[in-house]
Amino acid sequence: MKIKEVVELLNARVVSGQNLLESEVEYCFASDLMSDVLTLESDNLLLLTGLANLQTIRTSEMSDINKIIFVRRKKATDEMIRLAAENEIILIECDYSMFRSAGILYNAGLKPVY
Amino acid sequence: MMHFEFPIEGGNFLKAGSASSQLKKILKQLNVDPRIIKRVVVAAYEAEVNVVAHAYRGIIMIDIDTSRICIQLVDEGPGIPDIGRAMQMGFSTASPEVREMGFGAGMGLPNIKSNSDELSITSEVGKGTTVKITNYLEQ
Repeated sequence: MKIKEVVELLNARVVSGQNLLESEVEYCFASDLMSDVLTLESDNLLLLTGLANLQTIRTSEMSDINKIIFVRRKKATDEMIRLAAENEIILIECDYSMFRSAGILYNAGLKPVY
Repeated sequence: MMHFEFPIEGGNFLKAGSASSQLKKILKQLNVDPRIIKRVVVAAYEAEVNVVAHAYRGIIMIDIDTSRICIQLVDEGPGIPDIGRAMQMGFSTASPEVREMGFGAGMGLPNIKSNSDELSITSEVGKGTTVKITNYLEQ
């Protein structure tokens, strides 16, 4: 699935990395715990999280994740957007809950990591 | 043989990860296998977050040669009274602030162990902790 379809499905807003809208995504992982994100080995992963701070971006940088969706109306700060741009990460803000977002994406065919 | 050092500030979560980010850039420039880069930087990042979360200050020292990447984190801090217990998944002494950052669930040291080929931890209560992480370039 293209990331732009994900944005449409979740009625979401891209706040950084618009140039990545055409990129493909296959897997999704939903977590607010960054230590759990750091255990993943999958490539081409979309991170669905309600944790919006600099460590979310750092964790993604270390884990080679370049697609992040903030659920529950969480907002990316300017500093987060700057760090995401530096690491070519697309940041998306979504007003839906984690459960609703995950349900929509699962139904649309994104695969779980495990 | 290459040697790099970066300071780590205890308590400064705005900077946590900046040393590991530098390390990742260095390893990319050296064309290290991306799978090895990921293991090394995930271990380094968890260890860096530990220093920020628990210590007053620390330093990360990185030595790279043709066969291995060796990372040593030396901190001044409270130390770890029982390393065996700290290594158990789920055991944590992290503050609420650390948990708000998405860490502190007792997974840091187990994560470091699973992403390193060799791990040694020495600690003196009231003085500080030294964590040595080694990963080999050819498996």
